[in-house]
Amino acid sequence: MAVALVLLSACDREAREVRGKPLPETAVAAQTSQLFPAGGTAGPIDPRAKMYEGNAYHIAEGGRLYRQMNCVGCHANGGGGMGPALMDDQWRYGGRMDQIVASIDQGRPNGMPSWRGKLTPTQMWQLAAYVRTLSANVAKDVAPSRSDTMSATYPPTLAKPKPPTDSDPAAVKGPAR
Amino acid sequence: MRWQMRAFVLAVSAAVPIAQACAQPNANDDGQWTMPAHDYASTRFSRLDQINRDNVGRLKLSFTFSTGIVKGHEAAPLVVGSTMYIVTPYPNYIYALDLSQDGAPLKWKYDPKVAAAAQGVACCDVVNRGAFYSNGKLFFNTLDNQTIAVDAATGAEVWRTKLDDINKGATMTMAPLVADGKVLVGSSGGEMGVRGWLAALDEGSGKIAWRAYSTGPDKDVLIGPSFKPFYATDRGTDLGVKTWPPEAWKIGGGNVWGWISYDPDLKLVYYGTGNPGPWNPDQRPGDNKWTTGIFARDVTTGQARWYYQFSPHDLFDHDGINEQILITMKINGKPRKVLLRAERNGFFYVMDRVTGQVIAADPYGNLNAALGVDLKTGRLIPNPDKETKQGKVVRGICPASPGMKDWNPMAFSPRTGLVYIPHLNLCMDYGAMEANYIAGTPYVGADVKMYAGPGGNRGVFTAWDPGARKARWEIKEDLPLWSGALVTAGDVVFYGTMDGWFKALDAVSGKLLWQFKAGSGIIGQPISYRAPDGKQHIAVLAGVGGWAGAVVAGGLDPRDPTAALGFAAATQDLPGKTTGGGMLYDFVLP
Repeated sequence: MAVALVLLSACDREAREVRGKPLPETAVAAQTSQLFPAGGTAGPIDPRAKMYEGNAYHIAEGGRLYRQMNCVGCHANGGGGMGPALMDDQWRYGGRMDQIVASIDQGRPNGMPSWRGKLTPTQMWQLAAYVRTLSANVAKDVAPSRSDTMSATYPPTLAKPKPPTDSDPAAVKGPAR
Repeated sequence: MRWQMRAFVLAVSAAVPIAQACAQPNANDDGQWTMPAHDYASTRFSRLDQINRDNVGRLKLSFTFSTGIVKGHEAAPLVVGSTMYIVTPYPNYIYALDLSQDGAPLKWKYDPKVAAAAQGVACCDVVNRGAFYSNGKLFFNTLDNQTIAVDAATGAEVWRTKLDDINKGATMTMAPLVADGKVLVGSSGGEMGVRGWLAALDEGSGKIAWRAYSTGPDKDVLIGPSFKPFYATDRGTDLGVKTWPPEAWKIGGGNVWGWISYDPDLKLVYYGTGNPGPWNPDQRPGDNKWTTGIFARDVTTGQARWYYQFSPHDLFDHDGINEQILITMKINGKPRKVLLRAERNGFFYVMDRVTGQVIAADPYGNLNAALGVDLKTGRLIPNPDKETKQGKVVRGICPASPGMKDWNPMAFSPRTGLVYIPHLNLCMDYGAMEANYIAGTPYVGADVKMYAGPGGNRGVFTAWDPGARKARWEIKEDLPLWSGALVTAGDVVFYGTMDGWFKALDAVSGKLLWQFKAGSGIIGQPISYRAPDGKQHIAVLAGVGGWAGAVVAGGLDPRDPTAALGFAAATQDLPGKTTGGGMLYDFVLP
């Protein structure tokens, strides 16, 4: 009976792409504007997003990269510093998985470096998935249940989700040129 | 803990300051304010006395000017003739205001077109600490590492020199100092593994005359036969290489982002070097020379004369970049040329500025990170209980990373003999971890969380008696104090708070005499000048930001205590108390 329970519960586990599917090394080209002259929409989210975001392994890998590639130096553990906060709901260039990947890949003019050629697209997707955990926007069963930091920050599983909005805190933006 | 440190300092209790600052060029105050520190001795003392203790209560707003920028405004305005000059944070505009007309209208604006990407490598908000006026030109630095000379009359660019690269993580935020026909400028980037330097540019052409690095072989540091440090620990060949693990000096910090003073008689410039990189101390065993110390250099050749290290093998990000005030003090009956420094590591230093000897070093606030300064060897005595270590969280370290006092400068009044120190009362938890060097990205390796020190107040304004080596009085401020101080011959002291109060105190008693609420928090440096109307004015830039105000200026999320390198934890309440917005406020008696 006990064995059956274990087996049953094991059936509900997430599908693990332990190594990640081999993916074409192409950059994503997510749109970051909400304006579509004469109508239109941003289009469906890149299908890879769901796979990375719903996978604990990829999120853990993203967390490791977040520290090793010094993302943490600018964005802290989500609160920001040299770069904007990532745990809030304000996303200048969009908070969707594919939009975050686009920001990592392309860089952004007010100080976000372009990581193209330094990280593989797989690594960018993993990073984006981890970044989404900082605002608690991934499923609780794949988010790390303990904080990755030595200082006391709440683990994402305890935080309230902050769904992304396309707003732009005035104080963060550099002056228009 | 205070009583313990007394044991380590020589008795100089007979020391009494003689009531006279270094004579040049403050002696004949013409009512202008041509450099951020007012004079080469960096006194920030104005000889104007129209505004005094009796009438300052009637001070009224004269005019305002919006800079249109919402980042931290740390600069001092300058006044030359009938024009006021303001340099803003990024994008580093210069505004010239015509003081001879009602309301001080804009005369010209200069836009240096600073690279927007520079914002991404500026560690602690995109600040600028001011310009310098000399011989018809204004000199200032841009966030993207250019020093620019502008014609003060017209705003036309005269020259610009590029000094470093944002792709190495370098920026420039400090105010230049012009002396002996040279424009002295230095780098920022201690949190990005930038190898720090001080450069001297020819005042007329902008050509680099010399550049002295803060790490590396002696030839790069400009250490030669004339280098005579007072303490044995600073003597030897290529210590800027040997006190580091192999190659680590190349990414070792020691940036020169603070203040320079100049003694025209000795022809020496004095300035400090910033923290070693990374913050994690276990990645850089050794004394890490020549970081977190002070250099005296010959202004003409750049050759080092002496050096003293405030924090050998820095454990806490205690940069040594604070200002030094040059005065003459009578010590044991003998007048000596000294420099005064309220150091980030928590000690108030009185040093012989000819030899580099430490005469006294006393704690001027809550301190447990060090046990004292050994005056025989000159060495800081660390507290083993508070030593930071990789993989360990050390709690309750006082002072925190911004130190007992950060960049915001103090003032000295030769009338009262007191030094007026705007500073901090912050402690921290510090967890060091391995940092990975990637050029142009942060090289820190520390999770930091700051909070108010004993007493619960985060700021302190201290009137320090350098002769008696103790505080005469102190004012507790709730928020961290991040503005400069100004003192006048009317015996009034001015400073601002991060929630926007601009305050005037009695320089003798510390009594609050007047205050004004500005639209945004004040982290700028107040000045005093005589306007074309013949009246004494007081001016200050408001506009919260800087490291302490990054939580507002950067729109950070303070739920993460490690945001803004841990400062966010100590200023979580700031977004509820002030908003950004650069504005110059000018005051005069009715």
